[in-house]
Amino acid sequence: MMDWAYLFEISLTGIASGGLYALAALAFVLVYKATRVVNIAIGEMLMAGGYLFFTFAAMWALPLWLAIPAAVLASGLLGAVIERTMIRPLLGEPPISVFMVTVGLSSVLIGLVEMIWTADQRRLPEFMPTDPIMVGDAFLAPKVFWGAVVAALFIAAVLLVFRYWRGGVALRATASDQAAAYSVGINVPRVFSLAWVASAMLAAISGVIVGSIGGISSSMGVFGLSVLVVVIVGGLDSVLGALVGGVLIGLVEALAGAYLGGEYKLLATFVVLVAILMLRPYGLYGTREIERL
Amino acid sequence: METSTPLLQVDGVTLAFGGVRALSGVSFAVQPGSITAVIGPNGAGKTSLFNTISGFYRPTEGSIRFRGQDITRIHAPQRARMGLGRSFQNIALFRGMTVLDNIKLGRHAHLKTNVFDALFYLGRARREEAELRRDIEERIIDFLEIDHIRHAPVSALSYGLQKRVEMARALAMQPEVLMLDEPVAGMNREETEDMARFILDVRAEWGVTVLMVEHDMGMVMDLSDHVVVLNFGQVIAQGVPAQVQADPEVTRAYLGSGNVDELRAKLHAAAHAPAGAAA
Repeated sequence: MMDWAYLFEISLTGIASGGLYALAALAFVLVYKATRVVNIAIGEMLMAGGYLFFTFAAMWALPLWLAIPAAVLASGLLGAVIERTMIRPLLGEPPISVFMVTVGLSSVLIGLVEMIWTADQRRLPEFMPTDPIMVGDAFLAPKVFWGAVVAALFIAAVLLVFRYWRGGVALRATASDQAAAYSVGINVPRVFSLAWVASAMLAAISGVIVGSIGGISSSMGVFGLSVLVVVIVGGLDSVLGALVGGVLIGLVEALAGAYLGGEYKLLATFVVLVAILMLRPYGLYGTREIERL
Repeated sequence: METSTPLLQVDGVTLAFGGVRALSGVSFAVQPGSITAVIGPNGAGKTSLFNTISGFYRPTEGSIRFRGQDITRIHAPQRARMGLGRSFQNIALFRGMTVLDNIKLGRHAHLKTNVFDALFYLGRARREEAELRRDIEERIIDFLEIDHIRHAPVSALSYGLQKRVEMARALAMQPEVLMLDEPVAGMNREETEDMARFILDVRAEWGVTVLMVEHDMGMVMDLSDHVVVLNFGQVIAQGVPAQVQADPEVTRAYLGSGNVDELRAKLHAAAHAPAGAAA
């Protein structure tokens, strides 16, 4: 006998945590779309955001309204530095070289975090409401719920900004054809910087939320592994794919965790990954131009 | 025409990729209001020259002056904003966007709105948008006869129409010099004739100076005021079409050595085959 209420509850949790995946996946897709760089260090950039927030909020005891924007801005700066020092010099090199640089970047970020903050697990200050959330009879952990709300708000903001703001138009144009973008007066290198800065900021927001749900540690970048699954399932260059993929993978993980046991979570997501790649090699919404690595 | 100051001046431009010299000591001038054509066999360096003028490549030696200003060190997007619009040999359109979106992006460089305006102060953005749309719709779309496809995605269009959309986008930048890289390559006769007419009209109605790379000899000879012939990265001849046509160097470059008189006659015949509205 199936327990429908339980299934509903699990599904809600899955969709809510999928919102977080979607936000982080959006950060990944932004960089891939504009610059064709597969940023394997997305999980570590998320971690960096979490630690910056920890520094501002817990170590420097800044008020939250200051600590969160400060962490996001500092991450944006980090994104700009990464782009200028590691990515821009590799402009025009084969994708695999840039890919390897981001693999290195993830190690560097982990190393820095362990040097500065040690490898111990840390707790972020509580800032989300703790009243339980009830949807009908189903219970939803407040942190997961509010995390999803924040993620949804930021996703909506990003979509709006990139739809209507010139910089967003320039980014879409650059993603579509770089030579053409140059020829209509779009400063393509600046668009690359913009993409990295925006991506780092979004990753930081995800990092703050993920960290306040489960704490932060130097192995927190593992979250990025699920994000990679999300973007591969959704299609590397598709914003819609990131959103749908995020919710789908969140749901699959939650259901597998509840019905099969926690150790099957990753197995289930990778089964979904393989199945989707067999049916649609470019992901659900990816375009055919995606490069093979 | 030779007496006025040139709008665009290429002076001793050499472009080397490692040991390969794509261009060596190329010099020529584009007079305001003229149609100047760059011709030459495949691999002569025509597209390299175009890319150097529009700022995609930086010359190893030499300089490029636009309206008297040295632009050799200026980046491509900035040159586009200064008034050098261009199209590409292998069509560079924003795929996945509509014809109208593509044309609008041509105006991108001229829009003044920044992020805060767009978010908090929509008035100016909207006015600018409306003005832009009117300008684009009335002039370019009508002019290039692409009204019926304005909402079509560019990837669904025929090759000839895509070339036309590319030209529309370049025109939307309101360039002073319109650079066309093989505007009629791969087109059938009718499409070629249309394009020839558009090129003449662009100059006549809008006073835009045209610089083009083209293989279609008939069209080049009919349209151009000035022809520059490249071979192996060097200018081997330049002048008015008749002059260039009569040059034995040019004939040899195109057709190899052989019976030069016979080949010249062939070239002459090709140039006088009907090439449309241009006659």
